[in-house]
Amino acid sequence: MQPITLHSFSGGIHPQENKHQSTQTPITVLPLPSQLIVPVGQHIGAPADVIVAVGNRVLKGQLIAQPKGFVSAAIHAPTSGKIVAIEQRELPHSSGLQGTCVIIDSDGQDTWLEEIANGSRAIADYLEADNEVLINRIRDCGITGLGGAGFPTSVKMAVNGKNIETLIINGAECEPYITADDKLMQERALETMRGIQILLKLTAANHCLIGIEDNKPAAIKAMKEALHQVHGEHFINVVSIPTKYPSGGEKQLIEILTGKEVPSGGIPAEIGIVCQNVGTCEAVYRAVAEGKPLISRITTITGESIEQPQNVEVLIGTPVKHLLDFAGFKQEKSLFQKFWHSIGAGSDNSAASAAKPRIIMGGPMMGFTLSSDELPILKSSNCILAPSQKELPANDVASACIRCGLCTEACPADLLPQQLYWFSKSGELDKAEQHNIADCIECGACSYVCPSQIPLVQYYRHTKGAIKEERAAQDKSNRSKIRFEARQDRLDREAAEKEAKRQARAAAAEKAQAAKKAAAAKAAEEAAKNGDANPDESSPAQAAVKPEPVDLDKLQKQLDAAQAGLKKSMDKVAELKAAAAAEKNGDTEAPIEAPIENMEVFEKAVATRRDKVKLLALQLAEAKKSAPVVKKEITRDDIEKKLRAQQDRIDKTKQRFELAQEQGSETLPALQKGLDKQMQKLKELEEELAQFDKAGA
Amino acid sequence: MSSILIAIVLLATLAIIFGAILGFAAVRFKVEGNPIVDQIDHLLPQTQCGQCSYPGCKPYAEAIAAGEKINKCPPGGESTIIALADLLGVEPEPLDAEHGAEKDVPMVAIIREDECIGCTKCIQACPIDAIMGAAKQMHTVITDECTGCDLCVEPCPVDCIDMVPIATTLQNWHWDKPDDLIATTEKPHETPHETPHEKEVH
Repeated sequence: MQPITLHSFSGGIHPQENKHQSTQTPITVLPLPSQLIVPVGQHIGAPADVIVAVGNRVLKGQLIAQPKGFVSAAIHAPTSGKIVAIEQRELPHSSGLQGTCVIIDSDGQDTWLEEIANGSRAIADYLEADNEVLINRIRDCGITGLGGAGFPTSVKMAVNGKNIETLIINGAECEPYITADDKLMQERALETMRGIQILLKLTAANHCLIGIEDNKPAAIKAMKEALHQVHGEHFINVVSIPTKYPSGGEKQLIEILTGKEVPSGGIPAEIGIVCQNVGTCEAVYRAVAEGKPLISRITTITGESIEQPQNVEVLIGTPVKHLLDFAGFKQEKSLFQKFWHSIGAGSDNSAASAAKPRIIMGGPMMGFTLSSDELPILKSSNCILAPSQKELPANDVASACIRCGLCTEACPADLLPQQLYWFSKSGELDKAEQHNIADCIECGACSYVCPSQIPLVQYYRHTKGAIKEERAAQDKSNRSKIRFEARQDRLDREAAEKEAKRQARAAAAEKAQAAKKAAAAKAAEEAAKNGDANPDESSPAQAAVKPEPVDLDKLQKQLDAAQAGLKKSMDKVAELKAAAAAEKNGDTEAPIEAPIENMEVFEKAVATRRDKVKLLALQLAEAKKSAPVVKKEITRDDIEKKLRAQQDRIDKTKQRFELAQEQGSETLPALQKGLDKQMQKLKELEEELAQFDKAGA
Repeated sequence: MSSILIAIVLLATLAIIFGAILGFAAVRFKVEGNPIVDQIDHLLPQTQCGQCSYPGCKPYAEAIAAGEKINKCPPGGESTIIALADLLGVEPEPLDAEHGAEKDVPMVAIIREDECIGCTKCIQACPIDAIMGAAKQMHTVITDECTGCDLCVEPCPVDCIDMVPIATTLQNWHWDKPDDLIATTEKPHETPHETPHEKEVH
């Protein structure tokens, strides 16, 4: 293969490497811990679904949680034992939040699942196997990126249709102290190289570049030998790159090796590149060729508080304390957490409880402080750092920014850290976004060089989160708006439909009415034609078409009412006039029922009522003249009926009267009056009956 | 003399031509409705809670466009008021307490499902159809869509709806802002750094 022309990314820093401490001894397998804490959400994407129950016995490599959705990863039992709890526990994460964890009590046997132990899951001729089979195997084995972010490998490798030219294998391991990948490449170069071959087959890339920083000569040598062994020199190149932090950043490594820049906000696949960590390659090989799921990883345990810094192969879920005990943790030398600002929600307690040794998961640049040593190792935990006070002194309080520009020179992503700092500090999210804060890889180079010790990267982390949150809120509000408008439309539509139905019903009723009328008219016509129509005999059909006959009684009643109203109004006016006169005379004691100003209103009312009375009288007269006087046949029964009704009424009134008398009610005089009137009526009726009888006789 | 006439005629002709173009454009590109209403509506939080005394965000946006005050939206809070003030070129005012206070944390409604009697009252109250259910069937809130407007709480005859803060998960958690300390302020016992940088490594 052609020699590779190396490029460089702008910025970067050269911190003390501190890698030699942990590379002196070979990788040791950590003794089995008595209890394992296995979180089901260790990767980017949805946490896996637990498929075991408390009390179940599990074997090493047995699936205990299956992936939920596309971007997710399976979780397997790291050793054989009994599940003692499935509960919410604090996760080793900078947030200090809790997540579902499966707690397994080890039985000490470390018995593999039968299928894995007897090799029936192994795919021997993996380079001939179908890509789908390989991808499924990688997914089933829960392989995630071991470089740090923990992105499910099967998702990353599902590159169907994408034109991938170059596979880049990240063996740069640029962060100080960490040597896990270095040791892996030295001791397990062949497995790693075979894993790379599998990935190369999956991506169908033309060639593969393995980038290793030149401070790892042993690893480079081992990898070159392995390459020779697998006869892959035509496609694969082991490239030694200059040591500079953060050359291990995905975008930075791509730029170094190919000179291509990943577009802002994009992923490497857009420029035909897929990038994988060396550890992931080894895990892929184990999954495919041995059928073993990802249940352990190589982790560096280092720092001045550790007696024997080294790399260990540790089961996922092993408590950090177990690791510290194994490597010899010197409490007295350790840096105490009380000097450090607490992070996240969960570590407030740790700040309060002073004198807790400070343990960092990850490297000194990008790692985070663990709130307790009971937290487990995850698939992405590449380093446990226990520094001494002298080694990592507490940072001083930040001074004001002096605009020296060192951060801009150090930024590997070509951003303007100083500007981003101002925008983050003042909460100008839109401006920070315009300055491409999303492209910040949070490497911490700016904070490292800052002479004022401003925690720059912490500001950017916050701002990135705040921008994400704001965008989510905006998305939600847009959705709410759409939903609200859809609902409004629906309500309007329903109302319109209801109205339309109502109108349709009204129209139908009108039509029916018209049809009825038409039928009646026709019937009348026919009757007239037939000549047997009797004008005296008013048929119901005729009644319907004729205008309603004027009801004389009704008119009379209206007239009476109008007359009574008129009288009342006139009385009122007279009363008011009298009151006004009294007031004029100075007789203020005269009761004024209504304000004198209302006089006009009453006078007007009198006038209208008078008009109404006149009108009604006229109508009545006319009606009497025009209407055929329908003489009602009065029978004796009618009068008797009336008489009886009157008698009943009087009885009732009498009862009420008596009751009122008993209670001494104020209505007594009114009742007396009513009773008198009723008696009068009764007498009248009796007389009428007598007259009728006389007339009849 | 003739040159003046030519100038006048020319200008008059131009005026007529451009007048015609403008007149045509005014008809052809007529903007339906008031575009500022949409801009204001976009800035409002779309909780549709009605705390501003208008039946939804759009009506309030219309009212603002017609001269209503911009400080009546508690869910939007100060940031919305500032954004509206920027848009409309008016002075930001403090939130009108009459319409409620800004909540510290976003809330969502949760129905205690075993207590729900299936009366559908909350479904009718929800301005964005974020409650699922049917008569005499258990109802439930689509938490991802709930704007936390509180409107479903009051109609519930059995009081089985709780307003709870949105839980912080690994997906929506983000870092706090570092403490704003500079050397001139009193030196604290803790430093604002949580990521170490080995400066004095030997």
